[in-house]
Amino acid sequence: MDALASWTRALRADIIRMIAAAGSGHPGGSLSVIDILAVLYAKHLRHDPKNPERPERDRLILSKGHACPALYAVLAHRGFFPMERLATLRQLGSPLQGHPERHRLPGVEASTGSLGQGLSMGLGMALAAKLDGSSRRVYVVTGDGEMQEGQIWEALLAAPKFRLDNLTLIVDANNGQIDGHVSEIMPLDPLPDKLRSFQWDTRCVDGHDLEALDQALAAIQTVRDRPQAIVAKTTKGKGVSFMEDQIAWHGKAPNKDEVEKALKEILGG
Amino acid sequence: MGEATREAFGQALVALADRFPELVVLDSDLSKSTMTAEFAKRHPARHFDLGIAESNMIGAAAGLALSGKIPVATSFACFLVGRLETIRVAVTLNRANVKLVGTHAGLGIGDDGASQMGLEDLAAMRALPGMTILQPGDGLETRQAVEWMLGHQGPVYLRLTRQKLDDAHRPDYQFACGKADVVWLPEPLPKNFQATVFASGGTVGGAIAAAKGLLPKGFAVRVVNVGTIAPFDVDAVEDCAKDSARLVTVEDHNIVGGLGSAVCEAAAMLGLAKPVVALGVREMGESGTPAELYERHGLSAPHIMAACIKNLA
Repeated sequence: MDALASWTRALRADIIRMIAAAGSGHPGGSLSVIDILAVLYAKHLRHDPKNPERPERDRLILSKGHACPALYAVLAHRGFFPMERLATLRQLGSPLQGHPERHRLPGVEASTGSLGQGLSMGLGMALAAKLDGSSRRVYVVTGDGEMQEGQIWEALLAAPKFRLDNLTLIVDANNGQIDGHVSEIMPLDPLPDKLRSFQWDTRCVDGHDLEALDQALAAIQTVRDRPQAIVAKTTKGKGVSFMEDQIAWHGKAPNKDEVEKALKEILGG
Repeated sequence: MGEATREAFGQALVALADRFPELVVLDSDLSKSTMTAEFAKRHPARHFDLGIAESNMIGAAAGLALSGKIPVATSFACFLVGRLETIRVAVTLNRANVKLVGTHAGLGIGDDGASQMGLEDLAAMRALPGMTILQPGDGLETRQAVEWMLGHQGPVYLRLTRQKLDDAHRPDYQFACGKADVVWLPEPLPKNFQATVFASGGTVGGAIAAAKGLLPKGFAVRVVNVGTIAPFDVDAVEDCAKDSARLVTVEDHNIVGGLGSAVCEAAAMLGLAKPVVALGVREMGESGTPAELYERHGLSAPHIMAACIKNLA
């Protein structure tokens, strides 16, 4: 876990550098989701950076596509593409688009960014795995603000019907959205109760506790006949004190001083 | 009367199920209307009813396509295009190999009325890069279009009728994507035509009836069936403009953004100095029989005849 913790610090630093270089982007949600992605890629998601289209890989869909700096950093660190490319985020012609696009970047399983669509696509991928008699799993990461989209609830209703135990929803519950806190803009709680009533195997976890995330992701592997949901309680901007739970940091780039301060906090020294 | 293109579609799915083992069918509680029920009965493991939740159905279809399946997702045309945002991102941006099939297109659904009428779907789908749009004019063309669609890699929108259509093609007809085909020529063949009528789907029969009706009055009219709306057959417009005094379009769709717009765009881009008389729906729909509605909204044979010969001062 120490190595993993050290990796998440390097990933957080890259997120800050990328968004600063781009001059725009979404640091808050990227920093809240990064521990989830790190544990998934390090310990659970079967993937092959040298053969990103290998049919028997697991699938990860980042439905909250605006947090793609987090996904890009993880993919680069895992070797899907050279690290230097991270500096091209949001530039004309870059495969690192402002929101992820599968045709431009290896490792991106689905183009997202229009919130609420990822779980439906994950449902389709999970159905395909069942049709193929394959053990591959599908993980869909949404934001809690994103759960306000109606299409999400259509997908939540459908997955238990098809007994998709190969489908896992992870909610990055950072309680933030552009206009304010989720609890104010359109309250979602009690989210775990709602998910359970939709017949999802549901557990709650501290989304920055690497050990707890690892255990939750291990536990869901044994669930049969039901899709699983992990509500990961997170903090927007986690790891950078002046960004934490600050709605203003949903979608803006840090300036030079702020980058310096942020990197110092993340990397220490 | 022949058959509804939705009926031919349903039969084609059953007939092609073995040839396309990756074919799966998704429905949103309308399988008896979109004619996928027989496929569902014969291949239950390859059929998914997602309930009355079209956005999720389309998203799930994209996910299946990204995993190598050939998903065919059906609903009424209006309910599919109503989920344009999911089509735009999950299907188009992903270049997902999804086949969207919108039935009960246009006024032709009849007495169910305006809320059930897909009259804007072509306009919306034409604006999506990479979306192939097919609208067959009879059962024979539909069967071949479905076969082509399943073999094609890329998103397709297939627009079908509720109402029965007369056969427009001879038995030796061969579907070719992107090619309009002549379905009616007067005999003897004239050197020049009063008009060429471009029709598609539910309006092809009326266009042929109009051309037949004008012949004894001394007007030679050619009828072209536009089975592929996108990519659009610009060459057909150029060719027909050479020997036609005017171009007429007739479609069971809003006058904006569909077949008439496609012909006008082609004519303008080619710099053709030919008038285009476009017939299409200009209001929300309403209840009535398809024949009554085509008459009331200007799509029937008498209206097409008038469009071919009226004074264009």
